[in-house]
Order: sequence, then C-alpha cells, then structure tokens
Amino acid sequence: MIRYILSLLICLAASFAAVGAHAQISIDITKSEIEPTRIAIPEFIQEGAGASPYNKDIADVISADLERSGLFDPLNRAAFIETQTSLDFEPVWQNWRVIDAEVLVSGRVVEQDANTITVEYRLWDVFGNRQLDAARLRTPKENWRRIAHKISDRIYNSLTGEKGYFDSRIVYISEDGPKTERRKRLAIMDQDGANRIYLVGGSDLVLTPRFHPNKQRIAFLSYETGRPEVFLMDIATGNRERLGRFDGMTTSPQFSPDGKNLLMTRMVRGNSDVFSYNVASGKLKALTKSPGIDTSPSYSPDGRKIVFNSSRGGKPQLYVMNSDGSAVKRISFGSGRYTAPTWSPRGDKIAFTKSEGGKFHIGVMDVDGSNEQLLTGSYLDEGPTWSPNGRVLLFTRESRGGQPAVWSVDLTGRNLRKVETGGSASDPAWGPTLK
Amino acid sequence: MKYRHLSLITLGGAALLMSACATKPEAPAQIIPVQKPAEQPRAVMPPPPVAENSAPVQQMEMAPPIAMGPLPGSVEDFSVNAGDRVFFGYNEASLTPQAMTVLRAQSQWLQSYPSTIVVIGGHADERGTREYNLALGARRAEAVKDFLVSQGVQPNRVTTVSYGKERPIDGRATEEAHALNRNGHTAIISGTNS
Repeated sequence: MIRYILSLLICLAASFAAVGAHAQISIDITKSEIEPTRIAIPEFIQEGAGASPYNKDIADVISADLERSGLFDPLNRAAFIETQTSLDFEPVWQNWRVIDAEVLVSGRVVEQDANTITVEYRLWDVFGNRQLDAARLRTPKENWRRIAHKISDRIYNSLTGEKGYFDSRIVYISEDGPKTERRKRLAIMDQDGANRIYLVGGSDLVLTPRFHPNKQRIAFLSYETGRPEVFLMDIATGNRERLGRFDGMTTSPQFSPDGKNLLMTRMVRGNSDVFSYNVASGKLKALTKSPGIDTSPSYSPDGRKIVFNSSRGGKPQLYVMNSDGSAVKRISFGSGRYTAPTWSPRGDKIAFTKSEGGKFHIGVMDVDGSNEQLLTGSYLDEGPTWSPNGRVLLFTRESRGGQPAVWSVDLTGRNLRKVETGGSASDPAWGPTLK
Repeated sequence: MKYRHLSLITLGGAALLMSACATKPEAPAQIIPVQKPAEQPRAVMPPPPVAENSAPVQQMEMAPPIAMGPLPGSVEDFSVNAGDRVFFGYNEASLTPQAMTVLRAQSQWLQSYPSTIVVIGGHADERGTREYNLALGARRAEAVKDFLVSQGVQPNRVTTVSYGKERPIDGRATEEAHALNRNGHTAIISGTNS
C-alpha cells in the first residue's frame, strides 16, 4: 500500500526525463534466499531493415544475462499483452501488471548506416509507474553483444545498487585429450561464453591465467622453455614475453591493483616463496622466506595486504601479511587444508579452496578469518576467481573420473551453475569490466 | 625357466648326438657356452619350446644367446635396471626407504655413464590445488636431486622441473592411481648411447 502511495507521489513529480533517483523496486542481493525479480524483456523495436536481427538478439542476450545472475526471472514473451511501437511514451502499466511483471525493459534498434546501429533502452518500474533508467548507445554492428551486456549492467545496477559484471571477459584453460597426454590451451571468452578464442596454441603446457586489473593484458604460466615460468600477454596483439629470467621456476602470478607489480611464487632448490616483481624496473623482491610451501598470493584491492597459503605450520593454511612482507598473521584455523586464496575486489572477503574429509570446497571468510562459509563441495572444486563486483565466484569443478569444467556460484552460496565453455575447461580468471 | 632348462637338456642331447658323429670324443665340452646367459643380469628371451620331432640341427641354430635386454647405457637400460621413478606419500616430499634403494641404483648407473644429463620431474596427484601441487612437485624433484648428489652424482648433471598434477602416469581417479602419480621421475635427456 505504502509502495503505491509513494509511487503515485513520485509519478506526479517525475518528468519523463531519465530518473536516476531511488527505485521503488530494489533487490537486496546480500540475502541468502531471494525471489527472482519478474522482468519483461520484449524484442526491441526495429527501425531500418538492417536493425534486424539485432532488435531480437540484443533483447535475448540481456534476458540470458539477467537470468544467469539468479536475481531475475525473465518472463515468457508469449504472455505479453502489449507490443510497444514507440519508446517515447510510457507503456500501458496495467498491461504489464496483469502478467505480474515487476520491471519492463523496452528498447529500439536504429540502423544508423550499413555498419552501425544505435540502441536506445528504457527500464520501467511497472508498479511504480516510472522510468528507472534510460540510455542510448551506438556501436559497429559486429559489436552488438557488448551493447546488450552494457544494458544488462545498467539494469543490474539500477535494481541492485551494485555494479554489473556482464560486460566482461573470462580467460581460462581449454582442455582436451586423455589425462595422461592432456592438451591445454589458453582461451578467452565473453562472460556469457560467447566469442571463444584460443590465445595460444596447444604446443606448450599453459596454466593459471590472471587478468591485469584494467588493461587487456594477462599473466600466465607456460612451459615454453621446458619449465614453468610466468609470461605476460597482450590480448589484442597476442604478443607475449617471458617475465624476467630467474634462477628456478616461477608460478602463481597475480597483478597488484594498480598493475605496476606482480606477485608470484619462485621455486628455488625446491623451496617456494612469494615474491613481488616490479614490471617497470624488472626488480624482484622476496616477501616470504619460510622453508615451507608459500604460494598463491593475492593482493587486497587497496594493495596494502597480501593473502597467501603456506605450509609453514604443517598443513597448508591461509596467512595475511603487509605488501612488504611484514606482519605475517595466520587467518585460517579450521580443520582441513586451505589453499588458493583470492581477495575480493570489494575488500571484505577472501575466497579460498578447502579440502577436508575427502572433498574440496570453495569457501569465503572475512579478511581476519572469521565467518568462514563453505559455498560448494565436490570431488574437486578449486581455484576461485571473483566477478568484477565481488558478488559471484567462478571456479574449476571436476567430478571423480570426470572432466573439469568452469562453474559459478554467488557469494551467498546460491545459484550454482556450470558455465558454458564449449568443452573441458579449468583455471578461470574473471577480467575487469570493459570500458 | 622351464623352457630354458629343457633347451639346455635338448642341446646337451644334440651335443651328444654330434659327438657321436664327431671324431673327437672331447667335443661336447665346447658346446657349453649356452649357459652364458645365466651369468648375465640381462634378460634373455627364452627359446621356444622344442618340438619332440625337431631335428638336432635346428636346435643348434638356436644355440647362440641373443641378448634381448636393453643396451647397456641406454635410456631403457636405466629405467629397467636402475628404475627411473620413485614414489611419495600423500602431501609428502620426503623419500621412503624404497625410493632410496631406487635412487642408489640410479646414482650408481649415472656414475657408470658420466656423460649423461638428467632432468628430475616432480609430480603430484590430482587431490590438491594447482599452484600448491606445483610447489609440492618442486620439493619432490629437489628431494630426488639432493639424494642423487649426496650419492656422488655431479650436481651440474641434474636439473629439476615441477609438473604439479599436470602429467599423471595413471589417468584414473583411484587411490592406486593417485599413489602412482605422486612421483619423482628421472629422465635422461642426453649423453646416452641410444
């Protein structure tokens, strides 16, 4: 009731221009159980023959993005009563209320010229009788999927108050062949599994790609020289370079939040320690010096702390230290073995892999080690990576005797899903949202 | 074994037959070399069973022992006669007594063929995370290297590489396979005669 009164007041006051103010409808994504928001996403209006099939495809990609997030329930278009023919008038609210749509997305694709389309979109609060967001975007036709993802990001942001993560890419390792003669290839795809490309052919073993925080650049492990060493690659050009020439092997690269440094593990005479590498100067600095296995380092988003795993106390556990290697403090105290930690981009959580009782779990804990929560469990779940907004985790899952695949799960443990990679895949790393 | 025994007897029989034809009765003693393979450690392919009605002359053609074992100093010789792989316990990088026995044989072999160069590959089973297992593999490879060096192998002949869980020798997801996949593998990369 209050909702209706409020919305009526706002409706009287609101002009038709984009309203960025508080939405009547909002989704609290921190709750562990939520009812997905019922969203109507009709095919976009088409203007110009060349606007097809983008007017349908863009609406479909938005629908799929939002559905995958687990926060939205896109309604069946067959139930829609109204067919909008213009974006310049409000929808007939009642037509959407009767089918229980809570929000409506309408759009128009205009063919600008043979190569370009302009896409306009509006997001409506059906029960609040108002526009929540609107945007006009222009792009070369072949880039149409990114327009769809950008609109998905705006919808997600308007309704949850959190940044979207749909216009982003994932690097991973594509696998094929028998286990004893595995071929592994570095690959990249859009967050939704589209546009899969191999970045390096399968002649050398490659592992653990990691994204630069803001450039289209990755660090990864390659056996190109016969032993594991960290390489850097520019995704656009495909150029790659070995990261320095060091005694011993290097693994486990992770960029600092400003991209100026890389953390990595260097293994000399069998002992693994965490180092930082300055990309500009090429200088390597030892951060840990323990006789145990120290590896899998990850920076906090402010760059001041590092979480890593160490076997210095016997079984591998998680430790946090300052970025200069000082003030080392153990944070995991549960039973089991903790490895592969990664700091959330929001700064408040650390995701990790835990093995206990014959199973592997993806879990999260606060940065001081409290509030441990296991989100998944299987024969082998490992290597979590965060979505750019810190709400979703990707990881590798392998059933006993099965093939590895990339899976996703929400920070709250909801919405566990397999991610389409077109074959066996492992070691996902989620990149930043695109500019 | 039975076949070899049989063949020795039948060859002895052949020798007797021959001696019967020969002018000098001492001759049989010269055919004894058939016993040589028993003194050598290398495997010898057993001669096929001899048919009842085989002619003695055919048996004579079988007589010279053909060594079917690996060529001494070859990669195969190393893996067959010294052993090229040692195994580790779960999350362990320390050598077991059995591993040390194999490594002593490796070290003796390597000192017999001083021009050989080896790479020790350290391997882990799939029950661990990727980066941790790379570190574990490095420790295992180093444990093997350290032992070989302690036994007198020149350190500059031995390098190490960790494969973590990337190169299992048994692709199954069983305890038995996991045990086999936790190993240190000594690969000869140069300096052999094959």
